[in-house]
Parts: sequence; structure tokens; C-alpha cells
Amino acid sequence: MAGGPPKALLSSGPHSLRDMPHPLAVSSSEEAVGGDSTPSPDLLVARSFGDKDLILPNGGTPAGTSSPASSSSLLNRLQLDDEIDGETRDLFVTVDDPKKHVCTMETYITYRITTKSTRVEFDLPEYSVRRRYQDFDWLRSKLEESQPTHLIPPLPEKFVVKGVVDRFSEEFVETRRKALDKFLKRITDHPVLSFNEHFNVFLTAKDLNAYRKQGIALLTRVGESVKHVTGGYKLRSRPLEFAAIGEYLDTFALKLGTIDRIAQRIIKEEIEYLVELREYGPVYSTWSALEGELAEPLEGVSACIGNCSTALEELTDDMTEDFLPVLREYILYSDSMKSVLKKRDQVQAEYEAKLEAMALRKEDRPKVPADVEKCQDRVECFNADLKADMERWQNNKRQDFRQLLMGLADKNIQYYEKVHVEPLKSVSRCTYA
Amino acid sequence: MEQASSDLEGQLQPAPLEPLGYADGELEAAVGEKAEGAQEESSGLDTMTENNFWLKKIEISVSEAEKRTGRNAVNMQETYTAYLIETRSVEHADGQSVLTDSLWRRYSEFELLRNYLLVCYPHIVVPPLPEKRAEFVWHKLSADNMDPDFVERRRIGLENFLLRVASHPTLCRDKIFYLFLTQEGNWKETVNETGFQLKADSRLKALNATFRVKNPDKRFTELKHYSDELQSVISHLLRVRARVADRLYGVYKVHGNYGRVFSEWSAIEKEMGDGLQSAGHHMDVYASSIDDILEDEEHYADQLKEYLFYAEALRAVCRKHELMQYDLEMAVQDLASKKQQCEELATGTVRTFSLKGMTTKLFGQEAPEQREARIKVLEEQISEGEQQLKSKNLEGREFVKNAWADIERFKEQKNHDLKEALISYAVMQISMCKKGIQVWTNAKECFSKM
Repeated sequence: MAGGPPKALLSSGPHSLRDMPHPLAVSSSEEAVGGDSTPSPDLLVARSFGDKDLILPNGGTPAGTSSPASSSSLLNRLQLDDEIDGETRDLFVTVDDPKKHVCTMETYITYRITTKSTRVEFDLPEYSVRRRYQDFDWLRSKLEESQPTHLIPPLPEKFVVKGVVDRFSEEFVETRRKALDKFLKRITDHPVLSFNEHFNVFLTAKDLNAYRKQGIALLTRVGESVKHVTGGYKLRSRPLEFAAIGEYLDTFALKLGTIDRIAQRIIKEEIEYLVELREYGPVYSTWSALEGELAEPLEGVSACIGNCSTALEELTDDMTEDFLPVLREYILYSDSMKSVLKKRDQVQAEYEAKLEAMALRKEDRPKVPADVEKCQDRVECFNADLKADMERWQNNKRQDFRQLLMGLADKNIQYYEKVHVEPLKSVSRCTYA
Repeated sequence: MEQASSDLEGQLQPAPLEPLGYADGELEAAVGEKAEGAQEESSGLDTMTENNFWLKKIEISVSEAEKRTGRNAVNMQETYTAYLIETRSVEHADGQSVLTDSLWRRYSEFELLRNYLLVCYPHIVVPPLPEKRAEFVWHKLSADNMDPDFVERRRIGLENFLLRVASHPTLCRDKIFYLFLTQEGNWKETVNETGFQLKADSRLKALNATFRVKNPDKRFTELKHYSDELQSVISHLLRVRARVADRLYGVYKVHGNYGRVFSEWSAIEKEMGDGLQSAGHHMDVYASSIDDILEDEEHYADQLKEYLFYAEALRAVCRKHELMQYDLEMAVQDLASKKQQCEELATGTVRTFSLKGMTTKLFGQEAPEQREARIKVLEEQISEGEQQLKSKNLEGREFVKNAWADIERFKEQKNHDLKEALISYAVMQISMCKKGIQVWTNAKECFSKM
């Protein structure tokens, strides 16, 4: 664990936000590192690659490398993935290898989390830990607590109805693994969240439980202050853009809900279609047994129908395992985003209330009291974070849905391609008989 | 393989319903040529047609259907459909066709014609009529006889029936059939005047024969078994097919909902909007494509249905054989018993129990003159019986020979037609897949532009 004072968010510095270039401004390709001064781009790049900067506990070379890693070989290793947003990645996280654990008290699944990074925040270039769902749940709560001005990605649903869904079935575990992987990757891609202390611990700690029990509070000033904002303040006027975001999310969630229902209905109809096909095919075989010359073409049709059944089953499985969960994730995402928006409203309301109160107390003028200034900071930083996150979210959403819907189209194309093989064979066999 | 498939896919339209070997209902039936099995007609009835009619090529079509109202036999108002039958003769030279006859018939008249043919040609597998009431329907299709789609399919079925009859080497020369096509008024009376109903075997008699016949021709027993199995399997097939069609319809139509929601969603999106909107349009196309697909499949179902009903006709021929065989066996038995009676009377020995024997015992022997008289009667009966037996045997053998010839003809026709139907069904599946791939590929492209 890197030593030193807990990193403070850039945005929570004593300076007014307006004086500082926003770390997420378009022109900048740096990652927010923290500290009081604006880091220079060169310095950042150097930090990313130079593991000479890493202070290793044993003084030796980083584990996993054969020689003191030179910048160039590290560069090669890191350029495995595509560049995102023009940045070169320096943090890679994967979730895989689910394993079942049977203990006296309970049975549960753990997943292997593999982390590869050259960031200074990580002592080692590579980590491999095992985590279970509750650990992810803990991480998410911690992130919500410590980064209340940001949009935290959703987790797959926590509760499953026992008896309806088999928690230990291959399909369920795989679907969950993919969702957990997506969750971590989204955090990894986030310029602020990926540097969160809790995230780091989650990825690296050998014993997460011990850490959790310690309950180390690594709250930032903003986090602390936002946490203490109570409700009860009435919002005067919501800035248009946030009102628009709110409306958008409402409609968005609604439409996704509709699509989810349609997809479920399609799957249901397809399954019923499958049931009928399973009775249909064998009848042709029965008939074929009665016939002489017609036996072959009849068996051919039976084979076509059998083939269609197999392909259809694969299609419905894919829809259930790949398509529906992602839709549902996005609905959960919108829901959590709505609560962040509400919090923002609260912070703004508090500020407005304080401002009003201040206006009434004439003696404070023209000097603005510190706590009102703090409120203003909070509002502005919240707004800035949220705006940046929304933009990022919109972009990711677009890519995610493009991928999801193209995948849907692909699965259907593959289905038809599989299905038309058999009749093609039958026809050519018959005409050349 | 690729070459083959692309050739076939060129003819993605399933072959229209047509009987063996005759495209567009043309018939070339010069009287002298089609001689196989053509000698017999029903005895005593003049069913030969004028030679001239059949020397020309003729085209038959059931071209229209019309709703009519009229009074029925019990003077009640009823609505029925009438079908227009047009007959054209085709001039050899220039291939032009001239309308020679045109008249309207209703379904019941077709039924009358068929019943007549069944009675008068019991050795022929008589082509079936399309179903009287819509069966094996799936939910979208109406089971209503007045429904235009049903009427249309029935029109095609009736045309097919006439073409089948017209292309049958024996049936095509029947006079009543000829009159059916040419004589609008009084045709019913003409048919009834033939007295064919009297010749019809009673159902009870036929059933009785089925159970009691001792020595039927094995081939007919096997054939009857086959036709039973065929009926059963095709019925099952058609029932499940209807359910499959229902489900498939559901799958496609639900996709139409995507169209609507994508459109609504696109309204709130900026960059994603266009892609979503156009993809939605393709989902609508996908949803509506099922209508044509299932219509084509309905033709396939109709082709199967024809053979379902043909199975019944096949069984009818088998039943006739059983009846004739039973008749023969009864005649043999009867003759044997008469011969025995005669012998007993002549020799005075009573080997078998008889009422006469009993009364003789009780009341004394009859006078020699009475005995002589009885013997004479019996001898006459025996002689008659022997003649009858001879002709029954001949009839039976002729029947078996002719029926079997027609059955062979039918088998070939069935194999040919069903093979074509199955191939066209496979072609339909291929076409459906291609459409599916096309639509989803288009949608995928729209998504990629999001």
C-alpha cells in the first residue's frame, strides 16, 4: 500500500473551481492524480510508466518481471488493450475463474480478480485475489459513500429467488461473472473512481475481511460533507441541464423496461415454439417408417426440424444469459443515477437556503461567510463531477448498447444460418437423387 | 452444392398445386391411347363419352367463387358459395384456347359427382374433394366456411379435384363427368337417373365383410393397414403443424413491438437516435414477413391434406375387395351346403342336422315325388349357383387386377407429388431463413451506426 497522506480529490481543494482547469476537460488527457497543483502532462506520463518510481518493500525488482522493467517493455505490455479516450491504459482488471466453496455455515462462489497496473498506487505490478459477491457489494457501498458526487456503476442483482434460479448453475455463475467483470471495468475506466482507496484495497488486499473490520474511514472532505447533508431543504430551481438529465433518465428507464418485457415475451414465445417443434419433427420420422421412396425426403424434413430446435434452444439461452442481464443492469444504473441527482438537488437546496439566510442577516455583507462558501464549492464540484460523469456515461451507454444490439442481431443471424443448412442439404440430395 | 442451392432458390415459390404431369390443367387424352385398365365401365350404364371431346386438349379451371343465397330442399333461406367452372379447348396449331363451356356449381354437386364415381368405379382410387369444413386451423385462420381465404383455398382444391379426375385414364372418359363440366341444368337429375345409389354398398354390409372375410388378398390387407397408418400420421402432422404455425406467428409478431419502442426511445437520444429508428423499421418488416411465410405453408398443408383424404379413398378400394371376397366366400359356402343337401336327399342319409331331417324323423318320411321335386329345385339352384360363382370369381379376379393397376398408378403419383411437396417445404424454410438473415443484417447495420 502506498504510504503518504490520503489523496484528496482535486476538486475539493481550497481554491475555487473556476481557477483551476478541470481535470476532465476535453483537451486534457491526464488522469486526475490529486495534490494541490495541476500536474504537468509530462510528469503524469512519466509516473505512468516509470516503475523506477515505485518504492518496493523488498527493494528488489517487481514480482513477475524477469529484469528491472524498462519503460519500453512495460509500454509493450501495457498496450495490450486499445487506447480509450486517447489515454493509454495503465490499469487492467479481470474477473474470472469462479469457484464454489463449501463451508460448514454456507456455500458460496468466489471469483478471481486479476489486476495489472503500473500506477504508483499499486506496490506490485500484478495482483491476484479472490472475492465473493458480498465483497463487491461492500466495495460499491464504500464507493457510494466516499464518492457521492459520482455515478457508481451497478452490480448484478443481489437476491435471487431460491428454487427458481439455481445460484450455482453454470449459466447463472457465468452471467454474474460477466456482470461483475463489467462492474470493475467501469470503475477502472473512471478517472476518479479508479483511484479510490477502497477500490485499491479491494483489488490488492489478501484479507479483505480484516480490512473491512478495521473500518478505516478514508472519507474525503467532500464525501464527509455531502454525507451530512440532510434532507428537508426545498430546491428553488433545478438547473436546466440537470432537469433534462432527470427527464431523460426517466424515459430511458421506461423504454428499457419495455424492451426487457418484449424480450422476455419473445423468449417465452420461442420456448413454446420449441416445444411444438419437438413434437413436430418426430412425426415425420414416424411417417418415414411407413414409406419406401418417400422415406428419405421425410427423414430429411425431420432432420431439418431437429436442427431448427437445437439452434432455437441456443438462441433462447443466449438471449437469457447475455441480453436480458445487460438491459437490467442499465435499468439499475439509471435508478442509482437518479438518487445521485437527488443528492445533488439536496446539496444545492442547502446552499440556496444558506444563501437566503445570509441575505437576511445584513451584517455579514459584503464578506461571504466561510460555510456559505463551502456550500457553494460543494454545489459546484458536485455539478462538475456529475456533468463529467454523465458525458462519460452517455458515451459508454452508446457503445454498450451498440454492442448489445449488434450482438442481438448477430445471434439471430447465426440462428437462421444454422437453421438453413439442413433444408439446403435435403433439397440438393433430393434433386440429385 | 452452392450451385445447386442457388438454382433452387431461384424457384423459391412452392410449386402450385397440380396433378401428376399435367401443367396448367392441360389434358391430352386421345381415346385410343390411354388403354390401361380402361375397358370397364359400370355395367349397364352408358358412360362413354363422345370421342371428339377428348381428342382436343382441354383446360379446366375453377376460376371464381361467388356467394349466393337461395332456397334449399326444405325451402329455407341459405347462403352458399358457387364456383365457376370454365372449360377451354386448346387448338393444337396456335396454342390458343377457346372457351367452350362455363357453368356454376356448388360444393354439394361436386360431392354428388364424387359419390357417383365412387360407386361406379370401385376399383379406382377416386381423387378426394377439399375438406368440407376447415380443420387443422391455427388461430389466425378462420374456421368459417364463408371466410374468403377458406373459399379461395377451396376453389383451388376443387380445381385440383377436377384436374385429377380429368387426368385419370379411366375417369376422364366418364359421361357424367363430362356432363358435369358441360350441362348446367338438370345435371343432378341425370346423375340420379343413373340409379347409382342403388348400386352403393351399404356401410353395414361393408363392415360385416371386413370382420368376416376369411381369405382376402394379402396385398389388400397390407394396403388397408398402410392407409390407416397414413391417415393417422398425416392427421397428427397437420395438427402439430397448425400449433407450430401459431407459435411461429407469435414469435414474429412480438418483434413488431421492438419497432414501436425503438422509435420512442430514439426520440430522446441524440447520436443513437437515427440508428435506433431505422432498426425499428426493420423489426416491423420482420414482424410482417410472417404473413406471407405462413400463407405459403398453408399450400403445403393443403397438399398433405389431399393425401390424407386420398388415404380414405384407398381404404374404400380395399373395403370393396373385402366385400367382393366375402360375397364370393358366402356363395361358395352356400353352394357347398346346397350340394350337400342334394346329396343327402338323393342318398337318404342325413349327415347334418336340418329341420327337414327332424320333421322327417318326427312325422315320417316324405313321399318320393316330393323328394324328387326338391332335388330338382336344388339341382337348378346348384347349377345357377355354379354359374354365379364362376362369374363372381371372374369379377373378383378382374377387380383385383384392375384395382391393383390403379393402386400402382396412385402410388407413383403419391410419391411424386409428396416428394415435390417436401422439397418445396424445404425451399420455403430456406427462403424464410434468407429473409431472416436479411432483416437482421439490415438491423445490425443500423445498430452499428448508433
